This record gives sequence, C-alpha cells and structure tokens, in this order.
Amino acid sequence: MAVPTLEVRNLRTHFFTRAGVVKAVDDVSFTVGRGKVLGLVGESGSGKSVTGFSIIGLVDPPGRVVGGQILFQGRDLARISEEEMRDLRGNRIAMIFQDPMMTLNPVLRVDTQMIETVLAHKKVSKEEARQRARDALGMVGIPSPDERLKSYPHQFSGGMRQRVAIAIALLHEPDLIVADEPTTALDVTIQGQILAEVQKLAATTGTSLIWITHDLSVVAGLADDIAVMYAGRIVEKGDVSDVLDTPLHPYTSGLIGSVPSRNRRGEPLRQIPGMTPSLLNLVPGCAFRSRCPRAAGACLAEPEIRELIPGREVRCFHPMNEAPEQAA
Amino acid sequence: MSDIAANATGAAPRKDRVETPFQRFVSEFAESRIAVLGLIVFSLIAFIAIFAPWLSPQNPYDLAQLDIMDGRMEPGTVGGAGFTFWLGTDDQGRDMLSGIMYGLRISLTVGAGSALIACIFGASLGLLAAYAGGRTDSVIMRVVDLQLSFPSILVALMILAFLGKGIMNVVIALVIVEWAYYARTVRGTALVERRREYIEAAQCLALPMRRILFRHLLPNCLPPLIVVATMQVARAIALEATLSFLGLGVPITEPSLGLLIANGYEYMLSGKYWISFYPGIALLITIVSINLVGDQLRDVLNPRLKK
Amino acid sequence: MSDALTAPRATLDAGAPMVELRGISRRFEKKLDFAGKIARRLGAPVREEIVHAVDNVDLTIRKGEVVGLVGESGCGKSTLGRMVAGILPPSDGTILRDGIDVLRLSSAEAREINLRTQMIFQDPYASLNPRMRVSDIIGEAPLVHGLVTRAGYDAYVDEQMRRAGLDPGFKRRYPHQFSGGQRQRIGIARALAVKPDFIVCDEAVAALDVSIQAQILNLFMRLRTELDLTYLFISHDLGVVEHLSDRVVIMYLGRVVEEAPSETAFARPNHPYTQSLLASVPRIEGRKRAFSVVMGEIPSPLNPPPGCHFHPRCPHAMERCKTEKPELKEVAPGQRSACHLNDGAW
Repeated sequence: MAVPTLEVRNLRTHFFTRAGVVKAVDDVSFTVGRGKVLGLVGESGSGKSVTGFSIIGLVDPPGRVVGGQILFQGRDLARISEEEMRDLRGNRIAMIFQDPMMTLNPVLRVDTQMIETVLAHKKVSKEEARQRARDALGMVGIPSPDERLKSYPHQFSGGMRQRVAIAIALLHEPDLIVADEPTTALDVTIQGQILAEVQKLAATTGTSLIWITHDLSVVAGLADDIAVMYAGRIVEKGDVSDVLDTPLHPYTSGLIGSVPSRNRRGEPLRQIPGMTPSLLNLVPGCAFRSRCPRAAGACLAEPEIRELIPGREVRCFHPMNEAPEQAA
Repeated sequence: MSDIAANATGAAPRKDRVETPFQRFVSEFAESRIAVLGLIVFSLIAFIAIFAPWLSPQNPYDLAQLDIMDGRMEPGTVGGAGFTFWLGTDDQGRDMLSGIMYGLRISLTVGAGSALIACIFGASLGLLAAYAGGRTDSVIMRVVDLQLSFPSILVALMILAFLGKGIMNVVIALVIVEWAYYARTVRGTALVERRREYIEAAQCLALPMRRILFRHLLPNCLPPLIVVATMQVARAIALEATLSFLGLGVPITEPSLGLLIANGYEYMLSGKYWISFYPGIALLITIVSINLVGDQLRDVLNPRLKK
Repeated sequence: MSDALTAPRATLDAGAPMVELRGISRRFEKKLDFAGKIARRLGAPVREEIVHAVDNVDLTIRKGEVVGLVGESGCGKSTLGRMVAGILPPSDGTILRDGIDVLRLSSAEAREINLRTQMIFQDPYASLNPRMRVSDIIGEAPLVHGLVTRAGYDAYVDEQMRRAGLDPGFKRRYPHQFSGGQRQRIGIARALAVKPDFIVCDEAVAALDVSIQAQILNLFMRLRTELDLTYLFISHDLGVVEHLSDRVVIMYLGRVVEEAPSETAFARPNHPYTQSLLASVPRIEGRKRAFSVVMGEIPSPLNPPPGCHFHPRCPHAMERCKTEKPELKEVAPGQRSACHLNDGAW
C-alpha cells in the first residue's frame, strides 16, 4: 500500500495570547491519498484555516504547533528545520490563499514572479523558466499567456489573479496543494470556471488537494473525502457522498439542513440555535453541546473520535443514524 | 424567543461587563511597556513644569535672588544662599535646575498651546473640506499644499521677523505653521468615513445632516487626529526651541529650553558644558517621551492593524 | 422634532404597487480635473470616464412581496438598492412610492417617505457606529423623529431588541462586544425601530456563517408576516434568493436581463445569462460532477460590450446581439427577458 501523500496525526496548534490559550486546532487527524481531494469544512473559528497553515508551516506567533505529527510522504513536517521546510514549500507542497494578493507581489510583473518561483527550486535557464510559466498559465486556462506574462497583477480581474496564483502553485508540480477558501470571494460564474479547472487538474496531475471552505456545495462537487471541523476538532470524517447523504454528527446534519436548497420554499430554514463558542471560553465536554438537539448527560464528557462504520469517523456520544430529514 | 436565550449563552465573547471603547483603548495602549514608560516620564515632566514655582530651589528670573558671584559654577557646588546647584549655574548665577524647570513651563505651554489651537482650527477646515467637497475642498487643500511645501522653520522665521519677538507671537507663528497637518489628516479620514455604511445607515434613518456630521462622523475621525496632535506637540516644542535658539523666539525674561541652550552655547568649548548640556537633555527627554507615546497611539488607533 | 408620523399614511392594499422605478439610471463620472483638461486640450488621449452602474431600469415592487435581486460584480444591484432606499439620487428616471413621485417632493416630505424605507447592510462591522452604545444606535432615530418620548425610550429600545432576538440586558454595550450575527440583529433592530414598511436587504447575510445565516433569514421571514413588511432582497447567493423570494430580478452590467416569479426563474430560465448563472451554482446534491462553465470574464463596467452586454460570453450570440440592445419582453406570464433569441417565438 502506497504511503499516503499526507497523514496528519493528532495535530495541535495553540495560540498563546494575553487573554489566554486559544486551542485553534486541537487533536486533528486525517489522511489524504495520492491524487485525492479532501474537503476541510467548517465555519469561522472552527480551525480549518489554522490547520492549513500548520501543514505548510506558516503559523505566526503567538501561535505554534504544540503536538502531533504532519507526515508528508512519511516525513514529519512538524519536526524538520525551517530550511528544509522552505525547500518543500512552493516545490512539493503549495498553498493557495483566499486573497490572491497574498501570493502575488503587486509591484512585480507576473513573469518576474513566476520565473523567480521556478528558479527558487530548480536550476534551469531563464528561458526555460519562462516556458514553464507559460505552460502553467495555459494549464489554468488563461488566454494569450505571452501577453499576460508581461502584465502586473493589478491589470487582472479577481478571477484571473486567482488563476495566476493557482498557476504559481502548480509550477513545480507539487504533490500536495492546500487551498484556503480560494473561490469564496469570487463571483459565481468565475468560481465555476476555476472549480472546473481545478477538477480537471486534480484528475490529470495526481496532485493531492486539501480544499478548505465553509461551502458544502463546493465540497460536494469537488472532493472525495470530507472532514467537518468545529471548535478546533474534527467532528465527522468520511467519504463525501456518505457524509452528505447520511451525516452522523448533529452539527453536520444541522449544516446540511440549513442550506436553503434543502428546505422547502417559504418554510423557515432548519437552523442551528446559538453561536460558535469562543475558543477562549470553551466549556468542558462536547463543544457542540449547547446547540445540539440531541445533547444529554453523557455530553458533559469530551467525546473521542471513533470509527463508527468502516470509513466513517464521528466524534459524538449520540450520532445520528437516520437521514437528516427524519432527524429531530 | 429561543433566539435570545440561545444568543445569550454565547453572548459577548469578552468579559461580562460593558467595555467602553476608551477602556479598550487603555488596555491596548498598556501593551507596550516602553510607551507606558514614555507616558510616565512625560507626566513627570508635565508635573514639574506645572509645579515649578513650588519645586524649584530658586526663582531664576527674580533678579533679587541672583548673585553674580555664583556665576558659572560647576554642578554640585554650594552657592552663596546655602543650597546646592545640582546642575550648576549659568553666567548670571542662575541655578540651572530651576532654569530648566521654568524653561519646561514655557516650552510645554507654547508647544501644547499652539498645537491645541492649530488642531481646532485645522480640524474644522479639514472637516469642512471633506464634507463640502467640490470647490471648497479644492481651495482649502491647495492652501494646505502650499503651506506644507515650505519648510516650517522658514515660514516661522518670516512670521516672527514680521511680528517681532514674544510668546504670543511665537504661538501665532507655530499655529500658522501647524494647522495644515491637521487639516489634511482630518480631511483624509473624513473622506473615508463618509462612505462607510454606518453613515449611510444614518442617512437612511433621515437624521439631520448636522447630527450626522458631529455625532457620527467627527468622533470617528478623532483617532488619527489624536496621533497627529501628539506628534505635533513634540514638533512644536522642538520648533520653538529652534526659534528661541536663533534668538527670534521667546524673550530673555521668559526663557524656554531653547533659549537656555542658546545662552550656554558660547561656553560649550570652554569647558562649562552644563549651561547648554542639561537644558538640551531636558529637551531631548521631553520630545522622546512624547514620541514614544505617539508611536503607540498610532499603532493602537490604526484601524487597519486591528482584528 | 418632526411630526412625520402623525401625518396620515396611505395604507396600501396587498398587491398594490408600493415602489415603482421607471427608467432609472445612475452614472458615475470621473470628471477631469484642471490638469486633465489641459492635457486634453494638448491632444493627450484623456477622456472623462463614465460608468453606467445602472442603465434604464424599470422595476415594480408590490406590497407584501419579497423581490430578489441577483447579479454578479458590476451588475449594479447595490447601486439600485441604494437608490430605492433614497440614499443615492438617480441620474435619470422616476421613483414612485405608493404612487407619489418622490424626487419631486420637498426635502421634508421626501424625508418622511424615505424613512419608511430602511436598509440592512452587508458588513456587520462597518454598519454600526463603533462609538455609540447599542441602545443609542437603535433609539436615536425614533427619538429624533418623535416616534418615542424620553419617558418611553428604554421600554421601546428593549422591545426592538427583543424582536430582533437580542437580550435587552446588553443594550449598554458597544458594537465591538458582539459577534457578526448579533451585530446584524442590531442593524435589523435599528431599521425596525422607525417602523418602516419596506426594507432593502443589501447582501445582509453574505458576511455571516452558514448557521447564523439561517437564523437571520428565518428572522426576516418571521418579521415579514409579523410586521407586514415588503422586501427587496439583494444577494449573489441564488440558493438564498430562491428560498426567500416571490419574484426574482436578474441584472447584468447595469441592466435587467430577466424578471420572473421565483419558481419559474429557477425552473425555466429564459435568458442565457440566467441559465449559465444557475448552471454555475454548485449544488450540495451534485457529486464529483463536471462543473459547467461560462466562458470569459465579467467585463468592466467602464467598458461594457456594445449591443447586448452578454454577447461575448453567450453561447447563442448572433450578429444582431453585437449591435442592438435587447428590450425586456414578456416571454411567459409574469416572466420577462431581454434577449433577441425570443423574437423568433413571437
């Protein structure tokens, strides 16, 4: 059995702030196989973005990875030196951010930036680097790449910039791409274009992809597996169709249920009452307890994540077995 | 309604009491120890300046208290009247320590006073320019640009050459030099805030224009203004010191730190350094402490650095 | 204190036109400054830039309706919303409110009418004055307009807060002490406090988490029945619009391209843009599907394509589409679409 591209085991990333310790990521484990797409889903404060940053080693103080392993092709990223990490970043592991301007330097031309990225990890001639850049732009569907190479980022529209950012991520044909909400800020039709490109690329290049988002619909179309996060922990994990069709965790079920298309027109949307807890004031026990329709006395203890059915893991004392429509 | 109960359990993520913006500001300010130090030092200086007549061993401008025989004494010598000249004396026999305390009074009064007047004047014009827009805005801003393109020293010198020496004239000169910074700062902020959604909401609620301007717009333009004002106080103090050093500022009867430095300048090379040196140190500490406070204010009040 | 609300208010029957926009346009011009004018005189290729944010829009909203307004960047929906709410004057056209031409009124009379239209904004962080306590935010306008006396002030503010799902115990707090969803509720309470009958929601839930979105949307629906409100719901989220609206209006680069009852619009879209928009929306039911794609970028509103704005991206574009602007025509009962393809059928 091949070594999975990424295996995260019991990852913990805490932020040591003046107000207290924020356990942004608290015991997160998942695996991404070669050529597979994992959808990491959660709302704000769930820890999904921090997980992504932890993998690629970009967690800024006052935060740091305090425990667990991040096994990239068997190698623990949490234990290697910064120099070794830099060697991997942009080369074997790439990241795409929500705001493409986090990748693109506004005062440099696109070709300068892309050639620089190529040369950072490979010793080739400038001409060959330029050719690679041109190819990458073509791969993400940018028309007339020669012209575009000579432009500055501000001359592109938002969607185009994101494509350039994706192209930069692809320059060295990485084994793993971590994408943090890359299409959230884009218009629907542009999002559709980019999702189509990404789908095509994932199928052809064999790159593993972690797609971090709050949008279940995007994950439904794109991912093979899904992991749902809440208050720094994974509460449900499994194959995307299985999880979305028959969610086991009440939070997952609540999220799916509150999507408007899942509700009948004119009727109140099924809602999850209350708000996400502040990570500074986490109550003991299950973090979802105060909002859960199935909470009971047992929930005062912290649930562990267990494999309920082969391939399906849930962190809950009272998982749901029936389809969401039949639940409370 | 279940919503209320549900929302109440998770309520305000911070402490369970009302936290005014001011309290929040104070706690954020206090995060920088060096800024707090600067604030303490400056408070001390202000205290000394205000209570100089009671704190200083001698009134250096009461000629009856001076004895020229005490002139140019080294720091630490005991004078004719029986008390120690901790920082030495100048050529007239004035105790340097007392002189510095009184000098601080003048420096701070002129500096802070001119900054305050310039602030009120400049901020009003800036607000007017941003709100009125169009030609009013253009005219005011061109005057500001013109003003700011001249070196402040030059403008101040020209004004003082015209008006003559004297504390009030110095204040006038400083106000004329400084108002433009405030105008530009406030105008910039007001232009941005004017487009924000809470102002649109106020318009939607059909609140009278004056109320929107003073109750909604102005209070939110204050943060950068406070930062500029703080830095300008330091600048004004330094500028006044320069003018007095050049002999065009305050009169000899009410010397500021700048004048004290000027007085002792000729003795620098002959070994009697203390006559210029200690007033210089006092000036340095004053300006640095204000700048430290101003730096932290700028960081705390900058909305972009928030969240 | 104005006696705005003691004046008799025309009570409309349900279904009567409440807000009518006729030929509404809004242009944003960047005028040349002095230096620019000189440059132009000297022959430099400098032009005044005009953006046609909204281009000749007709829209009728009936009492009791929820009209959804959808479109992508540059379509003009936010600009249109602000004109309807009275905070942005149109460049051309007429706005009728309960049959009265608002733009011809004196400012005092216009103020009374505009007060009846309120707006909920997108950004919960920017739409509340950070230096005012919540009770003041909510109670200021009613007090200024004489809707409430000083004596009844506290009770009134409490009632507004409760109605929006907030605990009145928190009314002395400042906005920064609340979460995004709670702030949005404060904005809703503020709008309702002046007793409007028409609310423009400008992407009111876009910045909220999904679970909070559902709460706020349910609140909107409940308030609609409780207070007999009419809504213009502006959003880019088609799922939300489909759920909430009776009728949907789709805009593209400043023009209305299609208008239809909600069910019809989503089941049988007529205009090619509507069709591609619906096809691009990811659905939770779709698994590992190939995302269907609309070609091309959204053009800049500074330089919209001539003729039909959509023609460069339209899979069915004809020669005619490049030069002639299509008119909105009825293609089915209650459904209007601006597309030359429809001319063949009639």
